[in-house]
Amino acid sequence: MSTTATSLTVDLDGVLFPTPVLAASGCFGSGKEMSEIIDVHRLGGIVTKSVTLTPTKGLATPRMVETDSGMLNAIGLQNPGVDEFLSKDGPFISSAGVPVMVSVAGKSVEEFAQVTMRVREMPGVVALEANISCPNVERRNQVFACHPDQANQVIATMTRLTRLPVFAKLTADVTNIVEVAEACIRAGAHGLSVINTLLGMAVDVENFRPRLASVTGGLSGPAIRPVAVRCVHQVSRALPGVPIIGIGGITEARHALEFLLAGAWAVQVGTANFINPDVAIQVAEGIAAFLDRKGLSGVAELRERLQLPDRVAEPAYRSG
Amino acid sequence: MIRARCEVLSSRRSGVYWSVTLVAPDIAEQAKPGQFVQIAVPEGRKFILRRPFSIHQASRRGGWAGTLEVVFDVVGPGTAWLAESKPHDVLDVIGPIGRSFQYPRELTSCLLVGGGYGAAPLYFLAEELRSRNKFVHMIVGARDHERVFKPIEGKRLADTIAITTEDGTMGQRGRVTDVLASVLEKTGAEVVYACGPNRMLRAVADHCREAGLPCQVAVEEMMACGVGVCWTCAVPVIGLGGRGWWNVRACVEGPVFNGARVWWDRWLGDEAEGHAASPDGFARMLEPERVEARPR
Repeated sequence: MSTTATSLTVDLDGVLFPTPVLAASGCFGSGKEMSEIIDVHRLGGIVTKSVTLTPTKGLATPRMVETDSGMLNAIGLQNPGVDEFLSKDGPFISSAGVPVMVSVAGKSVEEFAQVTMRVREMPGVVALEANISCPNVERRNQVFACHPDQANQVIATMTRLTRLPVFAKLTADVTNIVEVAEACIRAGAHGLSVINTLLGMAVDVENFRPRLASVTGGLSGPAIRPVAVRCVHQVSRALPGVPIIGIGGITEARHALEFLLAGAWAVQVGTANFINPDVAIQVAEGIAAFLDRKGLSGVAELRERLQLPDRVAEPAYRSG
Repeated sequence: MIRARCEVLSSRRSGVYWSVTLVAPDIAEQAKPGQFVQIAVPEGRKFILRRPFSIHQASRRGGWAGTLEVVFDVVGPGTAWLAESKPHDVLDVIGPIGRSFQYPRELTSCLLVGGGYGAAPLYFLAEELRSRNKFVHMIVGARDHERVFKPIEGKRLADTIAITTEDGTMGQRGRVTDVLASVLEKTGAEVVYACGPNRMLRAVADHCREAGLPCQVAVEEMMACGVGVCWTCAVPVIGLGGRGWWNVRACVEGPVFNGARVWWDRWLGDEAEGHAASPDGFARMLEPERVEARPR
């Protein structure tokens, strides 16, 4: 662990995290279970499992299949609904001693609004993350982040209802992620969480059947990291000054540093928590050691440091 | 639930299965029958999830005090890696996890039904029940005599034991459920515990429900985290009084369930039809063949 005074605190334009490494939504519950085996105070923050207005039972099993360097999941947003979330997880969140972002999900703009109104006064919550990009929904048109207009509507509705900063969680399963990012920022999003899982599928060839009960699912883990880094790079170049949280396949400090150099202000670690519950703490320690070694004073300095070739024929972040 | 670095004390064959004994005093101290551990299997550079293993023995006294034994079959890269482990290797273990088998307070005669190496946790349970002065009867079944898990140990532990093999190479030819009714009648068992393949658990649970006997089953379902955060290992369970249902986590709300409350039809599909008749039955057709990522 770094013994110098290097501060790991990051300031996402007013939203402060003690380290730049948060636990990602759906991979950490609200932190209660994990607090049995790790010191949650040493995390940068926790993003809760997504909460919907009413209890959601989720999809049939098998809900998960391991793939090369990753896994597919199709949970289907199972959660007890916002009222039980408030009564059961609320007390833990308010006393967790670590910044918490509540992940809000819904099938409609109206549902996002209803959930936002119920969670906006929760103690201990520093921001909301709008999960507009979960691939495991009934209809593809419920993946709001696939359409700039729909993404804009959800975010605009949420930001009208609360002063809490809203981070829009984007998907890479689009032709032009910059367009969606811009639509979210126009709607008042404080920042962007980049990216959610990628829609994927695996087949059991012996039995001629899909491996997931719901056929398709969200791919996560190291397999998606290059895609995620690319998305952060594109979005950060197009929208300088917008806080971006990089997410996708981080299992060690070097991976997080890729995102921070590509333009992220902080990162989230997801799937790796399943293998190593301490991973977010260890990644933060590794970042501190790296900053020391490079003589840098803080994480924010990394954002300016990516050395791109002078002339890129067609920058991926340029619109049109 | 504890995360500990545990030294491998021994790693050996146990019949056709593998057995790994770990030095894990803190986990062994807390462990109860039916619970499991999650072991990290850092297979080279590959990103690979932890694997769940039910606890075969947790020793708190005597020469083996502070040790924990898991038994498994090699069915994929995770279990193959673990089978290769050597004494003094250090493994990253989380446990004990989950709800254990509950001991009867009043009732005294218990029947333990195990299939394949799924029988492993029942030996731990049998010892705990005996120490509470209960009668312990066992049915242990498998495909063939090589896969019958520790029949000699079973004979030593249980007041009576019935063995079944599908090919008839040991004990009675057939499945555990073929002898269930007669064993229940002969032994007068008042409570049933079962661990093994899900389809066996379902058959045992159905029989017990019809006979009005309490039945606890330790289920298996694919899991990613094993500590209650990923919601992969969902099992549909019917609410108290038969009202409503909810998908609960096999890892922390199981793996031991009241067999009468598991909604088997929804979970495993409608067996009576012999095929998946509804979208819900789809789950059965897709039952994963890779059994390693499921608790035993």
